[in-house]
Amino acid sequence: MAAERNADKDAGRDAEPRTIADLAAALKARELTSVSVVDRCLQQIAERDGTLNAFITVLSDAAREQAREADREIAAGGHRGPLHGVPVSLKDLIDLRGTPTTAASRVRQGHVAAQDSPVAARLREAGAVFIGKTNLHEFAFGTTNEESAYGLVRHPLDPTRSPGGSSGGSAVSVATGMAWASIGTDTGGSVRIPSAACGLVGLKPGFGEVPVEGIIPLSTTLDHVGPLCRSVGDARIVYGVLRGQAPSVARKEARGLRLGIPREYFLSVLDADVAAGFEATCARLRDAGVVIDEVSIRHAADIAPVYLHIVLAEAAAYHARTLESRPGDYTPNVRLRLEMGRYILAEDYARALRGREMLRHEVDAALGDRDGLLLPALAVPATTLGADTVRVGSSTGVTDEPIRNITLRLTHLFNVTGHPAITLPCGATPEGLPIGAQIVGHSNRTPDLLDVASALERYVTPDAATPRGIPLSGAAPAASRN
Amino acid sequence: MTITVWLESAIRDAERRGLPTLRPLLEALARSTSALRAADWNENAAGEHGPSTDVNGR
Repeated sequence: MAAERNADKDAGRDAEPRTIADLAAALKARELTSVSVVDRCLQQIAERDGTLNAFITVLSDAAREQAREADREIAAGGHRGPLHGVPVSLKDLIDLRGTPTTAASRVRQGHVAAQDSPVAARLREAGAVFIGKTNLHEFAFGTTNEESAYGLVRHPLDPTRSPGGSSGGSAVSVATGMAWASIGTDTGGSVRIPSAACGLVGLKPGFGEVPVEGIIPLSTTLDHVGPLCRSVGDARIVYGVLRGQAPSVARKEARGLRLGIPREYFLSVLDADVAAGFEATCARLRDAGVVIDEVSIRHAADIAPVYLHIVLAEAAAYHARTLESRPGDYTPNVRLRLEMGRYILAEDYARALRGREMLRHEVDAALGDRDGLLLPALAVPATTLGADTVRVGSSTGVTDEPIRNITLRLTHLFNVTGHPAITLPCGATPEGLPIGAQIVGHSNRTPDLLDVASALERYVTPDAATPRGIPLSGAAPAASRN
Repeated sequence: MTITVWLESAIRDAERRGLPTLRPLLEALARSTSALRAADWNENAAGEHGPSTDVNGR
């Protein structure tokens, strides 16, 4: 009876929650029911996922049952916290007991997770509702989501474009209101790239902060786990649950914060609209009193070979057995990239590890006593499906850049060094495609990075950055969904 | 092993394994390995200690 009464209240509300904190307050006050919120997410999935293909597994029945249980607990005064009754999606690399973990690959056919990964267990304990498992680039080994045994994922604003990857299904699920947050993995940028392409906030915590057990690895020394959300506040809530403890909050003012821009390398090959959006963001931040200067990461241009020799060797080690026994079950290009790793010499892997130490110290030095580094998150807007290259302006003219290289260019350094990094939407191209800015924090200080991002969010993300055509709220009034 | 010898060997092995399409990827990897080996932070047993990772001291 209470659920029905609250469902009636839902229809009459005039202010829809836009953040997880607002949604949690509405659920706790029983102004909304988890069942109604879940049903709206499932309706979004039913209406749009036939085209977008964000989900590999939709857990309709289980999610409704979890939601009913959440409503019962909340009604009995047992509100667990800000994710209680909130629908979240999981990238389909993450074990959730009783469901397949496909990694978007036929190699995983027949697998069903026997138990929750620690990440899923923490979300479950927090009362989150698992709405489904999201599509990805096969084994997270790509940045476009085009190579998946379950079909490609399409961008919600333009279905001829990629949402970015490898956590592309996760990004689409949040951007379209199919989920309120998603958990992705980030080995070279796979949380931040699709977040930037879809106009979301994406957090890569520091290396080792969030447990990776029960998650299919790509590269064991580069893999990170983090949330894709609609706001920094949402990211802070989900990060706290993933860590097993809410981070402390230190309210900061934007005025007086100090950011360094590593201009050389990072801003030298950049789409003109992205460059304009980023410079406009810098201007807004300066107007708000943020102190911005230029810093140098002297060997930044060495990141591509360092990253490549680490990721390929580590990925090949994990996949060697199935590359021999079931090569035809990989998509062709992912198979070839994995095979490439089997030819890397140990001495070159060791050189790459030496390079990692060099780069880690250089990023630390660039941060110095600043509050963070500021740079774009993605050098180009969402790329066209089927394209191998994208035309980009550079300091030496216009070049056709391989899509994999250009999409990783601004993010993978911080996987190699392990520094926490967050992307926030900072504008849009004239076509309405989102642009992302990235803030990089000090090692082992992700809560500080979140404080900085919270202080800067209103200046980084103007209203115009809201992607056109994407409903911000997963709990839109029933009347507006016709 | 020099990069030239490594590349020839890798391409031969890939072809033997029925993966001729791996050739352009291995050639790209060879270019990346050349860049890795040419980086000025590599250490050399015949020389002084490698460059310090203390960038303030460079």
